[in-house]
Amino acid sequence: MKLQKATRCALFAILELARDPERQISAAQIAEKYGISVNHLAKVLRDLTRAGLVEATRGAGGGYRFSGNAKRTTLYEVIEMFDVVAASRAVRPEAGDDSDMGRALGRVLAEIDDITVSTLKSITLTTLLKIVQRQAPPEPEGTAKAQTGADAEATAS
Amino acid sequence: MPETGEPGTGFRNIVIRGARSADVPAIGRLDERITGVGKAEYWQDMFARYGERPGRFFLVAEGDGRSLAGFIIGEVRAWEFGSPPSGWVFALGVDPAVRLRKIGSRLFDAICACLAKAGVDTVRTMLARDDNLNMAFFRSQGMMGGPFIQLEMPLDPPRDGAEG
Repeated sequence: MKLQKATRCALFAILELARDPERQISAAQIAEKYGISVNHLAKVLRDLTRAGLVEATRGAGGGYRFSGNAKRTTLYEVIEMFDVVAASRAVRPEAGDDSDMGRALGRVLAEIDDITVSTLKSITLTTLLKIVQRQAPPEPEGTAKAQTGADAEATAS
Repeated sequence: MPETGEPGTGFRNIVIRGARSADVPAIGRLDERITGVGKAEYWQDMFARYGERPGRFFLVAEGDGRSLAGFIIGEVRAWEFGSPPSGWVFALGVDPAVRLRKIGSRLFDAICACLAKAGVDTVRTMLARDDNLNMAFFRSQGMMGGPFIQLEMPLDPPRDGAEG
């Protein structure tokens, strides 16, 4: 599953804010940390604010603060705001959908989508933050680059 | 090993211990409250197969006044489709009235400790895809998708005169 740019921005922002709900952070700080466009992020933060997940404070020292329930908000709820999670369930039918091949293919794609949806619905922001805590710290830069190279090779072959 | 609850962790004076035959009716009633399906014989059978047996763990959470707050069942399974011995948790129930008080977490921690003591280093479970409540619970405990995938198909009804 490939996430849209806006969805990634939203997830980075909401997770960064939910990590410490008392802290106020500016869009520029989040954008810099994750290497994303501040303009893009500002638009996404407006949507998250409208959804009640984030609170904005204006003026000097202002910024954003998490205002949702991290134990109740799932990745699915955040992703669904910006992305199509189950693409095979898209309302618009496509050519060939009604053919025997199209129906069989649809069943397989729906199975994949069902697993994606149930996975995303079962992971709350709190659970994802626990995964962050559990995972090993990133390797030193040189090692990480070597690993990326190995991955690229494996993909190419 | 009995575990005593600490003040501030939610349900006080909770004890996690091995299930006894006298617990079975209360387990059946709790399960019926959760699932809406009464299956007294099933629980008697479960206790006969998993209660007080080596390598098999049937634990209960007992609250104040000896009320049953929850249960969990698991065992060590080996070499199913080539898998080395691993722990399996296949039943978990917590009284809905005392949810969000870490009773499920304590039952899970206790059975994980039993499984680790039995010599395995992995614990698995299997859930319905739409069972969001339990799926979210097990994920919050640190469980992730594993290397196995469950498959199934409907069976043709037996033909007349077929053997068996």
